[in-house]
Amino acid sequence: MQIDLEIFQITVLSLEVSILATFLSLLLGLPLGTLLALGRFPGRSFLLSLVNTGMGLPPVVVGLFVAMSLWRSGPLGDLNLIYTPTAIVIAQVVIAFPVVTGLTTAALQALDTGLQLQLLGLGASRLQMIWLLWREARLPLLAGMMAGFGSVISEVGASMMVGGNIRYQTRVLTTAIVLETSKGEFNNAIGLAVLLLTITFLVNWGLTWIQQRAAKR
Amino acid sequence: MDPTKGGKAMRALVEVHDLLVRRGGRNVLEVPALEVGRGEVLALIGPNGSGKSTLLLVLACLLKPVSGEILFDERPLSQWKALEYRRRISFVFQAPLLLDMTVSENVALGLKFRGLQKGEIRVRVGHWLEQLGIESLANRRAGELSGGEAQRVSLARAFVLDPELILLDEPFSALDPPAHSKLLGDLAALLAVDHRTAIIVTHNLKDASQLGDRVAVLVGGRLRQVGRASQIKAKPADEEVAAFLREPTSSAL
Repeated sequence: MQIDLEIFQITVLSLEVSILATFLSLLLGLPLGTLLALGRFPGRSFLLSLVNTGMGLPPVVVGLFVAMSLWRSGPLGDLNLIYTPTAIVIAQVVIAFPVVTGLTTAALQALDTGLQLQLLGLGASRLQMIWLLWREARLPLLAGMMAGFGSVISEVGASMMVGGNIRYQTRVLTTAIVLETSKGEFNNAIGLAVLLLTITFLVNWGLTWIQQRAAKR
Repeated sequence: MDPTKGGKAMRALVEVHDLLVRRGGRNVLEVPALEVGRGEVLALIGPNGSGKSTLLLVLACLLKPVSGEILFDERPLSQWKALEYRRRISFVFQAPLLLDMTVSENVALGLKFRGLQKGEIRVRVGHWLEQLGIESLANRRAGELSGGEAQRVSLARAFVLDPELILLDEPFSALDPPAHSKLLGDLAALLAVDHRTAIIVTHNLKDASQLGDRVAVLVGGRLRQVGRASQIKAKPADEEVAAFLREPTSSAL
């Protein structure tokens, strides 16, 4: 293993893919979670059950379905995305998006229900109301974001299946650990494992710092 | 003077006709007719679950009635855009429901919703903090306030909007007796000074008579009687109104 540069490249790819997937999950999950928390429409509780189930989706199952969709002969095969970093991002969004959605719904439902009416009663538009509810629930929302990031940076099944663990292209930290372990290169595997834990810690440390600063604001 | 009329020369600010609200398949509120004149303070009293809060929610356009009509400024609510209407009134709930920000920021909320300039917001917020005697709390966080202080913030937050109609849902219910009577007095003075039109849910006839020009009694989801507190006390409209007035919690005049 070409130590420094290759490890650096693997680490950067892991971070890029998982941060992008978390960001996209927020983009989808925050509005949907808000709709599920505040809206009243037929099928709402069914949808919420689906989301809550999705929070525990096994990454290998996600990997299977995303791989089938992106496979050359699959419905999205023409996009030529299988075994690319984009494929990993797609699979990770499928994993993290229900987590972010479910925790957004829970965070907003924990607020006093009178708050919505109070804000409307003070002349808030719907968007102004939602913005303030998000602000009010910012600590659990950030926790949801951390949970989403944690679920994708640590998963290996989906990244392996849709990314293919191709050297210099789709190898991320978790798939590299699997490879090194299967080769019996435990020292390399341990080094990568420590690296994975360290960057996960650093990212969460940053988010926790933002969260706790927000607590005092 | 007809006790169901506002008693002011101009046309009433709020008129309610044949209002019916249903929830879970049963009637929770029936108001055949009610008017609130410009500059008038109407107190709503009645036992728990009698529909007082429901009436306020309907009047704030936060709950849709099954049938009936409400006119605000001579125009039916159904013809108002909900947001435009809500920006001419303001609502104070039973719980202060402050946001996790400073007192000033809480009071500024409604003004920000309306897109006012920063300078004007600062001036108006400062004025109303002073009016409610809480200017020293301006930079405190909402979570650090006592119940009475929080309720004053919640009142300032509504008054700062200079609303044409202010709806107050039992703003004193959670306060201890000294804080209660102090705030009651202050609120009565604030409402009187600007001739503000208000509908206020209160606990008992005594508070109602101190705040309101007239009192409306709701029992069992139906408006039973409207009139001056003394008239209601002297001549309850029916046995249920009389029974409510006899309860110790509604301790009369």
